[in-house]
Amino acid sequence: MLAVLTLTACGQSSGGQPGPGTRLSGETTVFAAASLTKAFTELGKQFEAEHPGTTVTFSFGASTGLAQQVLAGAPADVFASAGKKNMDLVVASGSISDAKPFASNVGQIAVAPSAARKVTSLADFSKPGVKVALCQPDVPCGVVAQEVLRKAAVRTKPVTLGLDVKSTLANVVSGEVDAAIVYVTDVLASGNKVVGITIPAAVNSSTPYLIGTISASDNPLLAKAFADSVLAPAGQEQLRRAGFSSP
Amino acid sequence: MSSSRTWRPGLRGALAVPATVGLLFLLLPLVGLLARAPWSGLPDLLADPAVRQALQLSFTSATLATLLSLVVGIPLAWVLARVRFPGRRLVRALVTLPLVLPPVVGGVGLLYAFGRRGLLGGPLESVGITLPFTTAGVVLAEAFVAMPFLIVTVEGALAGADQRFEQAAATLGASGWTTFRRITLPLIGPSIAAGTVLCFARALGEFGATITFAGNFPGTTQTMPLSVYLALETNPEAALALALVLLAVSLLILVALRERWLRPART
Repeated sequence: MLAVLTLTACGQSSGGQPGPGTRLSGETTVFAAASLTKAFTELGKQFEAEHPGTTVTFSFGASTGLAQQVLAGAPADVFASAGKKNMDLVVASGSISDAKPFASNVGQIAVAPSAARKVTSLADFSKPGVKVALCQPDVPCGVVAQEVLRKAAVRTKPVTLGLDVKSTLANVVSGEVDAAIVYVTDVLASGNKVVGITIPAAVNSSTPYLIGTISASDNPLLAKAFADSVLAPAGQEQLRRAGFSSP
Repeated sequence: MSSSRTWRPGLRGALAVPATVGLLFLLLPLVGLLARAPWSGLPDLLADPAVRQALQLSFTSATLATLLSLVVGIPLAWVLARVRFPGRRLVRALVTLPLVLPPVVGGVGLLYAFGRRGLLGGPLESVGITLPFTTAGVVLAEAFVAMPFLIVTVEGALAGADQRFEQAAATLGASGWTTFRRITLPLIGPSIAAGTVLCFARALGEFGATITFAGNFPGTTQTMPLSVYLALETNPEAALALALVLLAVSLLILVALRERWLRPART
């Protein structure tokens, strides 16, 4: 009873933000989309440095799988999803009630260095002899790819449909396919292993990223503090550096 | 059989307990699948052309992978069991390596060997052969993972087989090839059958090497295990039903194969 009172008091006095008087402590587990791996790992380190005595643990994976795990009662405190559908599923189940968009990721063409002369624009996707990989249509990067191709009126027959964006990119990195549609953040993260080609804004598409805290969390204060840090200017700056756009 | 009666009575009881535990351990996950399965959706799913396509592709590629394994695996097993050469132990260990290798790593290895930039990629491409992202690639990936099951089984049988029959045939004037065909093969027939069934079953369920080497495209490389995985991410109910279909059809085939091939050996 006392704990509940203290909690409510804290929440009210700081208006949702843990005030300077509140000392955060303990652990929080964040389930986050695989594409957030780099940015969130950095954010987690910053957060731990700013709040000594806290530990942020991540479980990165495909958002669809993570959503299923959260629904099955996995011990998550925060869920950061790529794509609205996965967050909607969790919200509909009542596990999250404070979902907010915090970033978006736009599509980009990744070309294998060996095929850099063969593929220079989206139109080259329909050329015979050009091997294309796309994400399978059920995952967020597949939705983006379909929309880009539809808007650009480019017809292509991919040789494979990647299970997620990382495996699609891996096909380009290995040179087994010439090009793929992935996210800006993926091209940025792979350095000089692939060549990035910007998709014109008029035909491009993006995936929204949403974050929310799990209602049943053992440490709701810490969970909320982490989610807030992602939305705060420093967190947004970190995401921008990884290639994410504003929500 | 009278031999079973000569066992000390306590032993049977003592072994029955861990045997039952073993059986339950293997069966309970299957029971779990059956209990959760959306039975009412099954007929629709079976009528779905996409599911039928994946099933058909799975059986075609697993059959071809098994045939390929038989053609090169049995001779390899014979060499390993009967020919003495330096480094035989090492070769024997290398042959079983795909059994312990994570299949995804096997797939990466296949890419480095037969892919566009692989060791044989250039020569293959110059004669117009592309293996990654093709049905032939699926067959190769499955054979890579499944063949060791056949080799290990057959090699064990050859090593244990009584070589005096072969020697007798040879002294009676049979050529080496005739002896192999008329004496050796029938002698190890049941083991070849068992190895073939194991190999086929493993090929049918192959996922990791296939997705890595052959990719995922409906009709050409998307086998049932891949469809099940995809469905698991988006529609778990459908995934369960798909898994059931794969399970049922595999069981049917395994039972049929055993009946057909193992019966002559028992008599």
